[in-house]
Amino acid sequence: MSSVAQKKGFGAQVWDYLTTVDHKKIAIMYLAAGTLFFAIAGLEALFMRFQLMFPESTFVSAGTFNQLLTMHGTTMLFLAATPLLFAFMNAIVPLQIGARDVAFPFLNSLGFWLFFLGAVFLHLSFFMGGAPDAGWTSYASLSLYSPGHGIDFYVLGLQISGAGTLISGINFIVTIITMRAPGMTFMRMPLFTWTSLVSSTLILFAFPPLTVGLFLMLVDRMFGANFFDHTMGGNTIIWEHLFWIFGHPEVYILVLPAFGLFSEIIPVFARKRLFGYSSMVFATILIGFLGFMVWAHHMFTTGLGATANAIFAVATMTIAVPTGMKVFNWILTIWGGSIKVTVPMLYALGFIPSFVAGGVTGVMQAAAPLDYQLHDSYFIVAHFHYVIVGGIVTALFGAAHFYWPIMFNRALNEKLGVLTFWIFFIGFHLTFFLQHFLGLMGMPRRVFTYMGDQGWDLFNLISTIGAAMMGVGVILLVLNVLISIKSEPLNRRDYWGDGRSLEWALETPLPFYNFKQTPLVRGYDPYWIEKQEGNKEGMVYAEPVGDIHMPNNSILPLIMSIGTFIAAFGALYSPWGDQAIAGTADSVSPGLSVGLIVLGLGITVGAMIARSLKDDLGYHVHVAEIEAIEKDLAQYRATGKKGGNK
Amino acid sequence: MDLNTKFTPQNWPEHAEQATMEGKNKFVGFWIFLSCEVVLFASLFATYLALKDSGPAGMDLAKYSTKALYELPLAFAMTMILLTSSLTSVYAMYHMKNFNFKGVQTWMGITVILGLCFLGLEIYEFYHYVHAGFGYRHSAFSSAFFTLVGTHGLHVIIGLVWISCLIFRNMKRGLNLYNAPKYFVASLYWHFIDVVWVFIFTVVYLMGVLG
Ligand code: HEM
Ligand SMILES: [Cu+2]
Repeated sequence: MSSVAQKKGFGAQVWDYLTTVDHKKIAIMYLAAGTLFFAIAGLEALFMRFQLMFPESTFVSAGTFNQLLTMHGTTMLFLAATPLLFAFMNAIVPLQIGARDVAFPFLNSLGFWLFFLGAVFLHLSFFMGGAPDAGWTSYASLSLYSPGHGIDFYVLGLQISGAGTLISGINFIVTIITMRAPGMTFMRMPLFTWTSLVSSTLILFAFPPLTVGLFLMLVDRMFGANFFDHTMGGNTIIWEHLFWIFGHPEVYILVLPAFGLFSEIIPVFARKRLFGYSSMVFATILIGFLGFMVWAHHMFTTGLGATANAIFAVATMTIAVPTGMKVFNWILTIWGGSIKVTVPMLYALGFIPSFVAGGVTGVMQAAAPLDYQLHDSYFIVAHFHYVIVGGIVTALFGAAHFYWPIMFNRALNEKLGVLTFWIFFIGFHLTFFLQHFLGLMGMPRRVFTYMGDQGWDLFNLISTIGAAMMGVGVILLVLNVLISIKSEPLNRRDYWGDGRSLEWALETPLPFYNFKQTPLVRGYDPYWIEKQEGNKEGMVYAEPVGDIHMPNNSILPLIMSIGTFIAAFGALYSPWGDQAIAGTADSVSPGLSVGLIVLGLGITVGAMIARSLKDDLGYHVHVAEIEAIEKDLAQYRATGKKGGNK
Repeated sequence: MDLNTKFTPQNWPEHAEQATMEGKNKFVGFWIFLSCEVVLFASLFATYLALKDSGPAGMDLAKYSTKALYELPLAFAMTMILLTSSLTSVYAMYHMKNFNFKGVQTWMGITVILGLCFLGLEIYEFYHYVHAGFGYRHSAFSSAFFTLVGTHGLHVIIGLVWISCLIFRNMKRGLNLYNAPKYFVASLYWHFIDVVWVFIFTVVYLMGVLG
């Protein structure tokens, strides 16, 4: 039970992770899975850049290129950035609000397994006849007629992993609403918690349209429905709307937690209270709200008409206002601070100008007439990589350095971190800065090659060199992680010395119940307040030491997810789709297809019924056990050895 | 939480469904889940409205249009049945407040029976359409109709299975603070299904036949 790693057999440890409902362990699984998919998608990007390094290159074929670009975008957004942010949300949010776990630990585990198996399913496409190839946006007019099963993998894989994301989103919302420690009012919540809350709310409202869109695509392709088939009265624009009603909020789902992470990092290293806390909260909510009003800026050239374009253009531009507020608040937090330029702070300092550049190109694209020129060119590619890499990836890297001590009781190496930062950061700007000009010069996005001597050759070459540098940066970061495993455990609290929020008040390694006693929060930046008042323990408590109620582990989430995984194969090889009937996709016999669907859904539903029928009351850790665990931890921190206590 | 605590109508808490931390989480979480279901159905409604009466060139609108297909009396009967079932689940919750477990079980049981009647009529209706040549693959209109109404039907099935499980699981042991939130959110879900149906009745059937 103790969170000090016991000498357990390998099998027992694997079982522990398969069944765990502990938010700290789920965070580690999200981190590992997210890193894996980040690496895969990064390799795909490198393949594309090598193909584009020289004109008329034949490194990969046009078809392969389409698969690479589709899988790169899909994986990076759904299977890398999302889970990596979830990793930090899981690891940090409960600690920041003084909770022992999330509101629904069981659903937390289910969310992870659905995401993971959906992701695995999508990636199996590479070995089973070819990956999806209609872009991450998978416009129906393309994807409906894509032969083979690539698109089916996309639809089913995203459906499953999307369900996981949605479940996790609900879980975070409830956790933040109901599980806050006494005194942790909404207006005392750290900004990372705030942005996680708003981002989860966006998930709540943005994912259902995607679910519907994917479902319509699924029945169109696999069961012969006619939603997008214009010869049968369907309309492909419906997909574009559903996709972007999801898709635009999705970019804010990702970037808001990134904003939150920087809002935690900057005050710690500027050693100043976050400037304009309440305006930050307000801006976060406003961005979340406006994020739903602007989806059609992705469809300016679809032909919605001048009035619609004008409305959506203006709405889009207004988002720059709350975003600008945030940027000024960060700058004013740094202003006059006593700045320590650590690795996380380096990432924050790199983030601000990069993200602003991305925001500025966004506003340019928001001008509908200009967008007719920019749309589907490399300018767009440059824009969204400036916001996504400059905003989200820098946040993830910075946060990894920042929170490593809490998550793993180890620190990442600073010197190597600085080197990584510079290589990655320079590589990033080399890759994407020139792409703005490639776009303005007319190079379309999503092309597998181009003719030489149009003035594009040099910029493409430089862009590829930059991409290789980013690759080196990522390898160095992974190396840093590996080194940290061998490094000395920290066994302390407040690694950076200037922690402000509750998570820094805890001594690592954490016991599995996080807080022996629920803390009492006396203001914004509670740990800072306690330090100011000379409280050595870093916390005041809201309760005496008492029995702690904890949730039971369960294997059911994994079983439920495996059920959906099996059922997905049944749907994939359905013999009722137009593709299967026309012979452009292989299928299995109706019996087998139905059999797989019934078996898979049967497993899922059976596990759900089992969950509903069997009481799960959790268990209590009694005071004596708590004291034993705490003694054990103290001994471990002091001597590096585990005691004999449980 | 201790399952062995014995309650009487006197010491049974006012809001039993929220008396424990788990119960409160479930309560809040379920409302949030329902708000995402709203968006899901909104997307399906929008799709349906965009595609109704639309089919391959030359589709016989005298036979396959909202006006020609739908039968209001049937839809009205289904509406009445489902509305009544919502009312019976309110009775069940009323009895839960008074710690009358028999009342809870009885009224939840009646809710399930009414739900089954509704489902039977819906299956009859679908069968009728398919028989008239209006199958799932007939046109964009048919796909949109069956998907919207069928998704609602699927929710009904899930609700029925869920409530039945609750009734059978707790048959022998009576109300406690562990299962009270479960009954409560199940009845919330049932209301939600009912509300969605009111929209289906209005937007699909009424506006289809009269509009
Ligand atoms: C001030 C803020 C922003 C504005 C005004 C803005 C505006 C736009 C516009 C108008 C487009 C469509 C261009 C076209 O396809 O013709 C676009 C594309 C895109 N934006 Fe932004 N954007 C902003 C911030 C962001 C942020 C913060 C992210 C991500 C975190 C983001 C990610 C994307 C992506 C991924 C696309 C391309 C989608 C695709 O076609 O594949 N944007 N942006
Ligand atoms: Cu957008």
